[in-house]
Amino acid sequence: MQTIYEFVNEPANLFLIYLLIFTIILGFEVISKVPTVLHTPLMSGANAISGVVIIGAIILIRQAEPDDYLTLSFGILGVALGMTNVVGGFTVTDRMLEMFKKKKKKS
Amino acid sequence: MAAFEFFINIAFLLGAVAFVWGLRLLSSPDTARRGNILAGIGMVVAIIAALIAPGDMILADEKAQVFNNYGWIFGGMAIGGVAGLVSARRVKMTAMPQMVSIFNGLGGACAVVLALAELFTHYQVEAVSSSQLGIVLLALLIGGISFTGSMLAFAKLQGLVWDETLILPKHNIVNMVLLAGTLIVGVILLTMGNTGTGFTLMIVFTILTLIYGVSFVAPIGGADMPVVISLLNSLTGLSAAVTGLVYNSNFMLVGGILVGAAGTILTVLMCDAMNRSLLNVLIGGFGGGGGAAAGASGDQVVKEVSVNDAAIQLFYSNSVMFVPGYGLAVAQAQKVCKEVDDLLEKNGVEVKYAIHPVAGRMPGHMNVLLAEADVPYPKLLDLEDANSALPNTDVVVIVGANDVVNPAAEDDPGSPIYGMPVLQVWKAKNVITMKRSMRPGYAGIQNPLFFHERNHMLFGDAKDTLSKLVTEIKNM
Repeated sequence: MQTIYEFVNEPANLFLIYLLIFTIILGFEVISKVPTVLHTPLMSGANAISGVVIIGAIILIRQAEPDDYLTLSFGILGVALGMTNVVGGFTVTDRMLEMFKKKKKKS
Repeated sequence: MAAFEFFINIAFLLGAVAFVWGLRLLSSPDTARRGNILAGIGMVVAIIAALIAPGDMILADEKAQVFNNYGWIFGGMAIGGVAGLVSARRVKMTAMPQMVSIFNGLGGACAVVLALAELFTHYQVEAVSSSQLGIVLLALLIGGISFTGSMLAFAKLQGLVWDETLILPKHNIVNMVLLAGTLIVGVILLTMGNTGTGFTLMIVFTILTLIYGVSFVAPIGGADMPVVISLLNSLTGLSAAVTGLVYNSNFMLVGGILVGAAGTILTVLMCDAMNRSLLNVLIGGFGGGGGAAAGASGDQVVKEVSVNDAAIQLFYSNSVMFVPGYGLAVAQAQKVCKEVDDLLEKNGVEVKYAIHPVAGRMPGHMNVLLAEADVPYPKLLDLEDANSALPNTDVVVIVGANDVVNPAAEDDPGSPIYGMPVLQVWKAKNVITMKRSMRPGYAGIQNPLFFHERNHMLFGDAKDTLSKLVTEIKNM
C-alpha cells in the first residue's frame, strides 16, 4: 500500500494519471455519436493515428550507437512497420472518404 | 537553446491537438475528409519534431548521447512509406477492411519490435528497473496480440485461410488458459533478474502472446470481422501508449490512449449497429453462417437503423426508390414523403417510386395518393420497370409495405403468397424498411426480407419517421 501512496504522490506520476484519465474521457467523447456509414473510415483513421508508435522507433534509432547493429536493425524494422501503418492508414482513409464528397446541385 | 526546445514542445502539443480535432471531424460526413488530413498533418509535424529534437529532450537518461543515425531512419521511412502508399493506392474499395487490418497489424508489430529491442538490451547489455521491464512486457503483450490477431483477420477477410470460424473444443476456456499462462510467465519474468533463463523465458513469453493473438481472433468470422478489427485497432493504440511510457513521450501516450478509447467506443457502436453484444461477438461461432439459417425465424438478427443514419445514407446516395404501401396510406404520409423526395433531388439524388399493383388495399391506390402530393407521374415505376431498375438502386425505402416486397413469394413454395409477383427490393444495394413493428403484414406471414443482410429496420409511424428524416436532411 505504501508504494501506491508514494507512486501517486510523485508529481511526475500524478501528471501522467491526469493525462491518462482526461485523454480517455476525450477519446470517448470525441466520437460518442457517429453515423454507421462512417464507422469504417473512422476506424481506419484511428488506425492511422495508432501509427504514433513510429516516434518510439525513431527515438530508438537516434539513441543507438552507430555500431550497435542489433538495435539499429530493430529500429529500421520498427520505423518501416510504423511508417507503413501511418502512410497506408491515412491514404486508405482518404480514399474511403472521397466517396462522401458533396455532389453538385443540378439546377 | 531554449527557443528551439520550446518549438519542439509546441510541435508535439499541436500534433496531439490535431489528432483530437481530426477524430472529431472524422465523425461527421461533411468534415470527415478534412479530419483525416488534419490528423495526418499532426503526424507529420510530430515525426519531424522527433527527428530534430535535441537528444536530452527525447532520452530519459540525461547523460546519454544521441548519434542520430539518420540514414537508418530515412531508409526505414522510405521502405514503409512506399509500401504503405502503393498498397493503399492499389487496394480495391471492396478490400478496404482487410487493408486496414494489415496496417493495424503492422502498427502492433512495430510495438513488438521496439519492446524486443528494449528486452535484448535488458538481458544482454544492461538491466533496467523492474517497473520499466513491466512496461516493456505490457507493450509486447498488447502489441503482439494486435499484430497476429490483425494478420489472421486480414487472412480471413482475404480468403487466404478458413474464411469460416475456426474453433477448438472449449475454445473460450483454451483462450482464457492461454492468456492466464502468458500473464503468469510475464510475472515470473518480472521477479527474475536478467539471467540466461530469463532471456529464454522472455522468448517463450513473446511466442505465447503471438499465439494468443491468433487464438483470440480464430473463432470470430463473417460480419463480425470489422468489429474485431476495430477492437484490435484500439489495442494497437494502447500498445503505442505503453511504448510512449518506455520512451517518456507524452505525445505517444496521448495519441495511443486516444485511439484506444475512441476505438473501444467505436467497437461498441459497431456492435450496437449489428444488434449484437461485444461479448457475443468475441465468443463468436455464428458470425460466419448467419445467412444460411433461412428456415429458423426465432433467433435471426434484425438490424435497426437510426433516423440520423438513414438520413445520411439517403443524402449521400445516387439513387433512391420509395416503395409505398398501405402503411403510408394509413399514416397519410404521402406529403411528407414528397418533402423528403424534394430535399434529396436538390442534392442530386435520383428519386423514383416503385408501385406494386396491389400496394395499399386496391390497385392504383398509391398512384392516387402520390398524385395528391404532387409527385410527377414519370417518377412512378410499375412492377416491371421497378424490378429492372432495382439492382442499380442505392437505397430502397419501404414505407409501410410488406407483402409486396416479400422474397418468400419467389423462393418459398410453402408460403401462402408463393408465386405472387413482388418487388425485388433485396436486389438493391441497401434497403430501409419503415414499419411500426415486426408484426406480419396483411397476409399474416413472416417476411424474410426483414432479416436480410442488406435490410435495416426503421421502426415508427411512417409520417412521424419521414418528418424526422426531413429535419435531419435539412440539417445536413
